[in-house]
Amino acid sequence: MSEQLKVKTMQEFMAEGKQPEILFWVGSAGSYDDRAKKITRAFVKLLNKAEVDFAVLGTEESSTGDVAKRAGNEFLFQMQAMMNIELLNGYEIKRIVTCDPHSFNTIKNEYPGLGGNYDVIHHTQYLKELIDNGRLTLSGEGYKGKRITFHDPCYLGRANSVFDAPREVLAKSNAELVEMKRHKKTALCCGAGGAQMFKEPEKGDMDVNVLRTKDALETSPNIIATGCPYCNTMMTDGIKAHEKEDSVTVLDVAEVLANSQGL
Amino acid sequence: MDYLPNIIFAVALILGIGFFARNVKKLSRNIKLGKDVDVSDNKGQRWKNMAKIALGQTKMVVRPIAGLMHVIVYVGFIIINIEVLEIMLDGILGTHRLFSPLGAVYDFLIGSFEILALLVIVAVVVFWIRRNIIRIQRFIKPEMKGWPKTDGNLILYIEFVLMLLFLTMNAADYQLQQLGAEHYAQAGAFPVSQFIVPLLEGLSESSLVMVERTAWWLHILGILAFLNYLYYSKHLHILLAFPNTYYGKTKPQGQFNNVASVTKEVKLMMDPDADPFAAPAEDDGAEPEKFGASDVMDLNWVQLLNAYTCTECGRCTSECPANQTGKKLSPRKIMMDTRDRLEEVGKNIDANKGEFVPDGKQLLGDYISPEELWACTTCNACVQACPVSIDPLSIIVEMRRYLVMEQSAAPMELNNMMSNIENNGAPWPYNQMDRLNWVNE
Repeated sequence: MSEQLKVKTMQEFMAEGKQPEILFWVGSAGSYDDRAKKITRAFVKLLNKAEVDFAVLGTEESSTGDVAKRAGNEFLFQMQAMMNIELLNGYEIKRIVTCDPHSFNTIKNEYPGLGGNYDVIHHTQYLKELIDNGRLTLSGEGYKGKRITFHDPCYLGRANSVFDAPREVLAKSNAELVEMKRHKKTALCCGAGGAQMFKEPEKGDMDVNVLRTKDALETSPNIIATGCPYCNTMMTDGIKAHEKEDSVTVLDVAEVLANSQGL
Repeated sequence: MDYLPNIIFAVALILGIGFFARNVKKLSRNIKLGKDVDVSDNKGQRWKNMAKIALGQTKMVVRPIAGLMHVIVYVGFIIINIEVLEIMLDGILGTHRLFSPLGAVYDFLIGSFEILALLVIVAVVVFWIRRNIIRIQRFIKPEMKGWPKTDGNLILYIEFVLMLLFLTMNAADYQLQQLGAEHYAQAGAFPVSQFIVPLLEGLSESSLVMVERTAWWLHILGILAFLNYLYYSKHLHILLAFPNTYYGKTKPQGQFNNVASVTKEVKLMMDPDADPFAAPAEDDGAEPEKFGASDVMDLNWVQLLNAYTCTECGRCTSECPANQTGKKLSPRKIMMDTRDRLEEVGKNIDANKGEFVPDGKQLLGDYISPEELWACTTCNACVQACPVSIDPLSIIVEMRRYLVMEQSAAPMELNNMMSNIENNGAPWPYNQMDRLNWVNE
């Protein structure tokens, strides 16, 4: 369909007797969810453009167990975590990047206690790094004249204090960044966290994503950017609830950057 | 000389402080009903948190109006306590204005106490208006009906009256000083109470002494009564905010604890050398550990300290996405329920000679419903909002653990999600062999 992405698995690296610069943890959403797969592809296009020697686990990757843990199933979480840690340690993985703040949080903070110690970064941090050290060169007008508002994913922002990287990367698209009233530490959740993604909400008078999209729409954006596949789904649904899907797009930070470079 | 007042005062003081000490002991016993948790790490960071968050009020001022008013009452409370020290010493020694030889310094101190007292009165009135006239959302939520509402107002009334008594006492004193009354030497500056003096105009010296003494006694007895009211109210935060911010979470907010007992079992399950039919290595007759929490004793003591520290300000609830969208979950209610249940357990222990006798009730179900627990998005907004580092989320997660691991009582969709992870390593029913399909789509 589209152009061929250069993606190598850890098994292939092993066969060649090489180590990648970084392991890209794709995550379950990024692997299976149709919308999130586009984010995965956009990020890989940027990695390819910057000629990053990265690996994925491919069919060896399994759920981090994060969502099971938030739901209260500590057994399932630790089973998944220990299996993944065995695999990652077997491959002697040092550095991991992921587009999913939930994987980012659990691998970074909860895996060390179970024997998995890695340098884990979110893809927005990695993109910033690639831009800063000149490996990812940007050109063109990008999104000049467009307004972007960034929705902080809870597990990236409040949970791990990563606020600036996604904003700095977005700024590289030349778009005008506008902040919602509640942002950074006081950002409102999209409604998907804590395993809510996988169940119907409890009885209430509104859905959380509709409320959060209202926050976003108040900034009259052309694009609502986020850095989490679940936030992306929730905000996209929220836009539809407000009947704004024709005028506002929800994109991942990686997609904004990739699009701005015509990738 | 007549020592009767000194004796009465000393007795009141001993009773007041003694009764308070008894309640502190009870408080500490109840908190220790919680499980042990290691909080010996990050000492430097912990002291810093206490200095910044409790002493420095940094999280209070996130909301500027309530924050500023609170800082006034807080500073007033701390500084006016210097005056309480003088009052106590005067009471015991039978002196009057013991610190007055400090001269100009004393004038400055009394003057600033008066200004603070006035500011406290203003702040308390603003607080009362916010609760009762403006009726700010977070003060009128369902969990704030009845006692919590009365409690909140009572505290404001007490503070108002205490400050008024202090100023009345000074006004009478000042007037007596002007009249050159015996024992009332010229001391102090009265920038505020001088305006009350005209109200006392025409009173005889003995009536003035009466006013001054009455205000003096009511003020100090009121303070002792207030001290003892703390335990029965939501107001313990004035003391517990300090330990609570010290013991508060120092790890990234997104990091949940890994349950150690689960780790042990999972390791055993994954160990290829383990004999699945072997008898348990050390059968000490102990009951197998319960996973998660269904009652307060299953929580750790920091979580119980959290419950006693909560002053029901409701900032957590007003930031909660579930609550904002009309769900039943209110993080404040989680803390209030935990505290109420803990108190109930404490009374049970008192009534049964130091032993808890099962009462057929528990935190889960009788206080907190599964519906509340399942509405949480684990977004940490409540934790972020709390001005004294309370973590309602950790209690919610601990109770979900009980529901899932002990009762298999998760909502059906979540059970499906979890069996998907068990079967094919993803929350959706997709084949693990398709994980890399995105490359060629």
